[in-house]
Amino acid sequence: MNGFDYHRPETLEAAVAARAGAPDSAYLAGGMTLIPTLKQGLAEPSDVIDLAAVAGLAGIGLEVDRLTIGAMTRHADVAASAEVQRAIPALAYLASEIGDAQVRNRGTLGGSLANSDPAADYPAAVIALGARIVTDRRTMAADDYFKGLFETALEPGELIRAVEFPVPRRAAYRKFRHPASRYAVAGVFVAEIGEGIRVGVTGAGPCAFRWTALETALAGKPAPAAAETAPLDFRRFNADLHASAEYRAQLVRVMARRALANLAA
Amino acid sequence: MSDQGIGQRVKRREDVRFITGKGRYTDDINLPGQAYAVFVRSPHPRARIKTIDASAARKAPGVVGVFTGKDLAADGIGALPCGWLVKSKDGSDMKVPPRPPLAIETVNFVGEPYAVVIAETLGQARAAAALVETDFEELEPVVSLAEATAGPQIHEGIEANRCYDWELGDQAAVDAAFAKAAHVTKLEFANNRLIPNAIEPRAAVATYSAPTEEFTLYTTSQNPHLERLILAAFVNLAPEHKLRVISPDVGGGFGSKIFVYPEETAAAWAARRTNRPVKWTADRSEAFLSDAHGRDHLTTAELALDAAGTFLAMRVRTRANLGAYLSTFASSVPTYLYGTLLAGQYRTPAIHVEVEAVFTNTAPVDAYRGAGRPEATYVVERLVETAARETGVDPAELRRRNFIQPDQFPYETPVALVYDTGDYQASLEKALKQIDYAGFPARRKVSEAAGKRRGLGFSCYIEACGLAPSQLAIQLGAGVGLYESGEVRVNPTGSVTVFTGSHSHGQGHETTFAQIVSDKLGVPFESVEVVHGDTGRLEFGLGTYGSRSVAVGGSALIKASDKIIAKGKRIAAHMLESAPDDVDFDEGVFAVRKTNKSLTFGEVAFAAYVPANFPEDLEPGLSEKSFYDPKNFTFPAGCHIAEVEVDPETGVVVLVRFVAVDDFGEVINPMIVEGQVHGGIAQGVGQALLEHGIYDESGQLVTGSFMDYCMPRADDLPSFEVDTTVTPCTHNPLGVKGCGEAGAIGAPAAVMNAVTDALRVKDLAMPASPERVWRALQAA
Ligand SMILES: Cc1cc2nc3c(=O)[nH]c(=O)nc-3n(C[C@H](O)[C@H](O)[C@H](O)COP(=O)(O)OP(=O)(O)OC[C@H]3O[C@@H](n4cnc5c(N)ncnc54)[C@H](O)[C@@H]3O)c2cc1C
Repeated sequence: MNGFDYHRPETLEAAVAARAGAPDSAYLAGGMTLIPTLKQGLAEPSDVIDLAAVAGLAGIGLEVDRLTIGAMTRHADVAASAEVQRAIPALAYLASEIGDAQVRNRGTLGGSLANSDPAADYPAAVIALGARIVTDRRTMAADDYFKGLFETALEPGELIRAVEFPVPRRAAYRKFRHPASRYAVAGVFVAEIGEGIRVGVTGAGPCAFRWTALETALAGKPAPAAAETAPLDFRRFNADLHASAEYRAQLVRVMARRALANLAA
Repeated sequence: MSDQGIGQRVKRREDVRFITGKGRYTDDINLPGQAYAVFVRSPHPRARIKTIDASAARKAPGVVGVFTGKDLAADGIGALPCGWLVKSKDGSDMKVPPRPPLAIETVNFVGEPYAVVIAETLGQARAAAALVETDFEELEPVVSLAEATAGPQIHEGIEANRCYDWELGDQAAVDAAFAKAAHVTKLEFANNRLIPNAIEPRAAVATYSAPTEEFTLYTTSQNPHLERLILAAFVNLAPEHKLRVISPDVGGGFGSKIFVYPEETAAAWAARRTNRPVKWTADRSEAFLSDAHGRDHLTTAELALDAAGTFLAMRVRTRANLGAYLSTFASSVPTYLYGTLLAGQYRTPAIHVEVEAVFTNTAPVDAYRGAGRPEATYVVERLVETAARETGVDPAELRRRNFIQPDQFPYETPVALVYDTGDYQASLEKALKQIDYAGFPARRKVSEAAGKRRGLGFSCYIEACGLAPSQLAIQLGAGVGLYESGEVRVNPTGSVTVFTGSHSHGQGHETTFAQIVSDKLGVPFESVEVVHGDTGRLEFGLGTYGSRSVAVGGSALIKASDKIIAKGKRIAAHMLESAPDDVDFDEGVFAVRKTNKSLTFGEVAFAAYVPANFPEDLEPGLSEKSFYDPKNFTFPAGCHIAEVEVDPETGVVVLVRFVAVDDFGEVINPMIVEGQVHGGIAQGVGQALLEHGIYDESGQLVTGSFMDYCMPRADDLPSFEVDTTVTPCTHNPLGVKGCGEAGAIGAPAAVMNAVTDALRVKDLAMPASPERVWRALQAA
């Protein structure tokens, strides 16, 4: 790991200013991705801006139809939160299934979304619930946020402050864990929200996406069998040591069916 | 019997320091003035080194020196040797490519070190290592084991990349038996490459004293005396009496820390060269790349049976991957630790095995927990289970029909071993009862009703442990004897310091060996201290591997204790004015027979060091040693049964139950033995379901981190059901056999027999990963 200057700002403005002041700098949340990247020399920032002390970035707030989670809220806190369990139990469950205890005690919602790992869990929920990503300069719809492999709509230096999740009538998440890393090989979040059922898929493609063919087939009804037949194009799915694209497609169908069965139950 | 003697569940005394973070591992040792070593490693699987330009690295901040293989060679440092000579069928010696500690002309696997940077800080050494500029001429690598003999020649003079082509057994007898067989079962499979991953990575701290020309090397070795012997006699680092090797607390080895590696060799040499203590600690990525890997076989195996299901003969042809060079004991693993075990627990009268060992451009492969015996067990037990399925005989019943019977011991196998004792059916029956074999069909129905598949598999393994009778080992090509030394030093106040040449890197010797000596001498457990792992404090030792510590090292302590008792009797006789032959020793008391005259052990110990008018032929002091050389291997054996449930939609295999009934002979500490069995089973299940070291076609290791190489974790495993049966070993004084490897030896075959049973397929490659299982079901 190379040397860098370390900053620990206490306000949002100071954090954004520090980041703008050093073009090669990086925000640090829980460090679960950033630190290994530094250790391997894959990133060599001149300055690291730790968000841990920034006021107002961590915390969970529930209004009637909206759950707001601060960017610095750790996975373990989301999993344990009474508000999350009441409003969107599937989201608390999702957080409890991330990685292992050490990762959940350090990793954050903002770090996960900024990083946009194709195998991360949160993006499935963000997509399926139609969440809004609030940054230091704007608010983005989930459908506009994920752009590709480790690519998002964030501009350089843009800081995620919070994510607003609309509260669905019902939701469910099912994930197939990577045997070694515990990331999602395939994860499907289904949510009964607004007019119909939305389906968010993670792990399978370059970034999380909505399985609109299944949404259409469901037409608002949680019919698990639809997951077996709805068109699913897996030609551009990820393929690696642990899962081919074809097998991932099978897992997406099985996870979707199980999530829908859970929704119906 | 005291509550801390032999047979008692004494808590491990070393655990207090381990679990409170007070262990003293190599990396905890820091010497004044210490500099740090970072190795420059090959990014290519095979390349010629044209030039190394270290000028920029030498000028980098904090750099003390940058050295290459040529610098070591110029200083007379020799190649790392292989300690076991195997001969090919045609009588020729195995081919040994030179392995300089730092590569000189060619690099032959990704991660092979070819230069070392020594700097004031670790960060500076790392930064400077990145500045070493090397011009490589890349060469086509040999990666595939199947095609290794047809690939380009890796080492000069080693045709077809073949190290040896070895055989054992009577081929003609086997051919004749196959010709009249009623049924032949044939399997072709791989035994997957594993990467050991001890929790503590390898490390070394070396220091050199110029005035006395003495080295001290702290390193993570399972056998510090062997390390010293090799560095002195073969590598020419220093004369043996000028080299002290210390293995402090070591956090797991599983075989991978038996071997002498390039890194500690180069670090020690650099300490002399730079006149600075030098420290090196592998990071996890280096461990993945450069620790010796395990297994990696391709095998075709056949079993011939008559119409009654009696085994007639077995034929096995294996190609074993040695990696790029011969690691310290690599040659013995796929031969004498493998071929000799193919009789298993059965009376198979004729066996013939051929092993072709080849080089590839991958990390060296050597002994890993079980070393050869898991591979042999996999061959035998997959064959037997498959034969049972093919002939429609219950797999437990087929085994019963073929077991060596208790009255047939000592039993000479057709593959060069003489089993001393055992009762294989006893373990099988106990395991069947424990798993409720009769209830399995009902359990299977319950699973099937829930859309799952359920399977059950056996593994009746045998292993040869207690390595090893020196005469036999040397006759078979070993470069060292395999006895063990022990010393029992009674202090004047009656406490006892025990020195053992075996080495604990997680096995609990400090407890087990104290139990043995405390029990034998009748002194309190707390008064017995166990010292190991330091060539400066112990006379000699051959270390710990092959489940040998208690069987060989413990026996040496019994022999030394016997001498203590004999001497104590003479002292007591003198003090009590009787004849030594009239003195009995029991539970720590020396008593003259048929009198009320007696002395405690403490009184005798004190007198030994305060000798009041001892006769001329009675020396003061009470300290004895012994070198114990076993007469035979020990033969632990047992029956493991795995039960799995498979989700056909995802291919996930859940190990729902695992029963292990093992015969380890006498047991010193049942709790420690259970711990060893649990860990071994976890590693065996890891091999069957999760672990696989994979190089891609270009020769890069693609499973080089825990994100891709899947180690077994607690939630991958059920609560194990372990039990024992006991037939005491007939030829060592404790009646013990060894337990350290059994789990890793038995489990893979049990799990894969269960998985193939659940899927109703003949075979499936390890690890039985979800996608593989799913595909097998799609194809079926
Ligand atoms: C072993 C392991 C297993 C894991 N398993 C899972 C899993 O099963 N499922 C899963 O979803 N995830 C998993 N993760 C990822 C983990 O949960 C974290 O979400 C992820 O690593 C990000 O970590 P972090 O929050 O500590 O962010 P950091 O590592 O600190 O930062 C990550 C990136 O985001 C940027 N960043 C951080 N915060 C902000 C912000 N507020 N605004 C803008 N940019 C920001 C940083 O600059 C950096 O580029 C795993 C990680 C590990 C190491």
